[in-house]
Amino acid sequence: MGFEKFLFYVLAATLIAAAGMVVTRRNPVHAVLFLVVAFFSSAMLWMLLEAEFLAISLVLVYVGAVLVLFLFVIMMLDVDIATLKAQFIRHLPLALVVGVIMLVEIFLVVGPGNFGGESFPNPAPQGPDYNNTRELGLLLYSSYLYPFEIAAVILLVAIVAAIRLTLRHRPDTKYLDPSKQVYVRKGPDRVQLIRVPPEPRRVPPTATPTSGVEDEA
Amino acid sequence: MTFDYAHLLPIVPEIAVLVLASILLLVDLWLKDEDKGTNHLIAVFGLLVVIGLTGVVGGGEREIVLSGSYIRDPMSDVLKIAVLVVSLLSFVYSRDYLRDRGLWVGEFYVLTLCAVLGMMVMISANSFLTLYLGLELLALSLYALVAFERDNPSGAEAAMKYFVLGALGSGLLLYGLSMLYGASGSLELGAVARAVAWQGADNQVLVFGLVFVVIGIGFKFGAVPFHMWVPDTYQGAPNPVVLFLGSAPKIAAFALAFRLLVDGLGQLHADWQGMLVILSVISLAVGNIVAIAQTNIKRMLAYSTISHVGFIFLGLLAGTTEGFAAAMFYAIVYALMAAGGFGLLVMMSRQGHEVERLEDLKGLNERDSWQAAMMALVMFSMAGVPPTVGFMAKLLVLDAVISIGLWWLALIAVFFSVIGAFYYLRVVKIIYFDKPEVIEPLVVGSGARVALSVTGLAILLLGLFPAALLTYCQAAFA
Repeated sequence: MGFEKFLFYVLAATLIAAAGMVVTRRNPVHAVLFLVVAFFSSAMLWMLLEAEFLAISLVLVYVGAVLVLFLFVIMMLDVDIATLKAQFIRHLPLALVVGVIMLVEIFLVVGPGNFGGESFPNPAPQGPDYNNTRELGLLLYSSYLYPFEIAAVILLVAIVAAIRLTLRHRPDTKYLDPSKQVYVRKGPDRVQLIRVPPEPRRVPPTATPTSGVEDEA
Repeated sequence: MTFDYAHLLPIVPEIAVLVLASILLLVDLWLKDEDKGTNHLIAVFGLLVVIGLTGVVGGGEREIVLSGSYIRDPMSDVLKIAVLVVSLLSFVYSRDYLRDRGLWVGEFYVLTLCAVLGMMVMISANSFLTLYLGLELLALSLYALVAFERDNPSGAEAAMKYFVLGALGSGLLLYGLSMLYGASGSLELGAVARAVAWQGADNQVLVFGLVFVVIGIGFKFGAVPFHMWVPDTYQGAPNPVVLFLGSAPKIAAFALAFRLLVDGLGQLHADWQGMLVILSVISLAVGNIVAIAQTNIKRMLAYSTISHVGFIFLGLLAGTTEGFAAAMFYAIVYALMAAGGFGLLVMMSRQGHEVERLEDLKGLNERDSWQAAMMALVMFSMAGVPPTVGFMAKLLVLDAVISIGLWWLALIAVFFSVIGAFYYLRVVKIIYFDKPEVIEPLVVGSGARVALSVTGLAILLLGLFPAALLTYCQAAFA
């Protein structure tokens, strides 16, 4: 028990530190990497609770997929952190006061007085043949069938909305059409040789002529 | 944990809406641009079928199926039919607008039907999980709908504001629900109610969770001080979306508040009553006073929504069956009135001209006297002038509040209603006594014309014979 407790405190401290870094880092890429650390620590916390399947899926889904997408988006967007930071600093004192008050209140409510070990004793430990994933699946497809189906509809709405808001048909986009590619045969229509006459060597112009003049030369 | 096909019977309406949305998604792929009207026909007839199914499946004692996730009771039947009818009306109103703006694509109907599905899930949710998922389904569809006119920057801005504040509201609600789960040990509303009754109302965690839940409900209703998104979203969104967003979701929000506060936390009535008193008084004050200063009619109706939300809260906080019936009556009637009011704005909007200023309504009487009369009826009803149904709705709510001895609250409500009557009657004055800027008569499709007439006459007839709807509302809580 002692070692588990030690692990819990180490992981919890890592989690809080990483979460703090996420909101205070100047570089958004660093912030995302700290978020990875935060997710790993919370996955380990779940592991301590013997929720192995959830811990692994948190790493697979969030770290493996969602945060990689985050990184892509952040690297592609040129986010101007300086202007965002200015607002952040300006409202910092008020936010700190409100945050500290909230933290104290939440600690008073969620603290050991209401959620201590005596009101929530540990569940009986399961044997080695207990399959976490199987039990979760059974629950999901029986007791929680209805919420599960609604979650599926929510994903459908997300797809429809994303396609509607972003898909535009652009006639000038170049793309490969596999159904046409398979009809390509050996022979004259597969490879076409074009004889290109060698370009005469030109002296680079000293002035800056327009491109049209250059083409005619 | 055996599965019985009979358990699927009560959720047939939900299944039908989902099937309808999926059919539209597929059919739309094969439709040419000039045939997109087929979408509209499928959606309208599909909704009619769903209304019929809800009526067939409904009635009788309450039943809880699907491992306690789903409840069907008299209240859910009435609210579902109301949501479906209002959504049907909004489809009919929006037809010409969508066609003229090139928005006539299947996605509009799919997203709207998914929002309808979300509302139906909320209305008959019996666990925190189902309630929250239904809410998110509704909210996600609405975010996308607000940004539906994707080349319009004001629509995107409105959607962004709505999304950020809506996500904040959902987050607060979820945090409160997790507290309640921690304190009661169950997600199912019946079990939560038993746990609350057993623990007593002095449990710190329960009250802490309750605060977040009430804030979440306030966000979803758009009650002051959580109303910031309402005027901006209404102003920026395309008119048919505002029509839908401003009407049916209020009925679903009533269901959300009732399921959580009464079904789940009825024992904590003394705690949430005080919070709702504060929310309703400032909603009535801010909604009615700020609406006077608006020149944009969509913003004006947004603030009017906020003040009506104050009235719905008044009925809820009474905590008696009479009060719940009055609040339910009010929510349904408000959705009908909002559909009429925004419906006229949708009908008046032409290609390249979005009707949103008060001046756009000038002299409507000379352009089309029947539509003008209907709009005047809607405005009188919103102001609460007898014999329209708005008067009956306000009267019932005030009666419920007075019967629990909060007569000062009723006085405040009447005071602000009188202030509010000014800006509703100003619209009537603009319609009838101002010179029109455009002389040409209004070109309105026959479907929308029928829909507005039905709305207007329903407002008048329900005002004369309120029992037609009220008996169902009272039976729901008997």
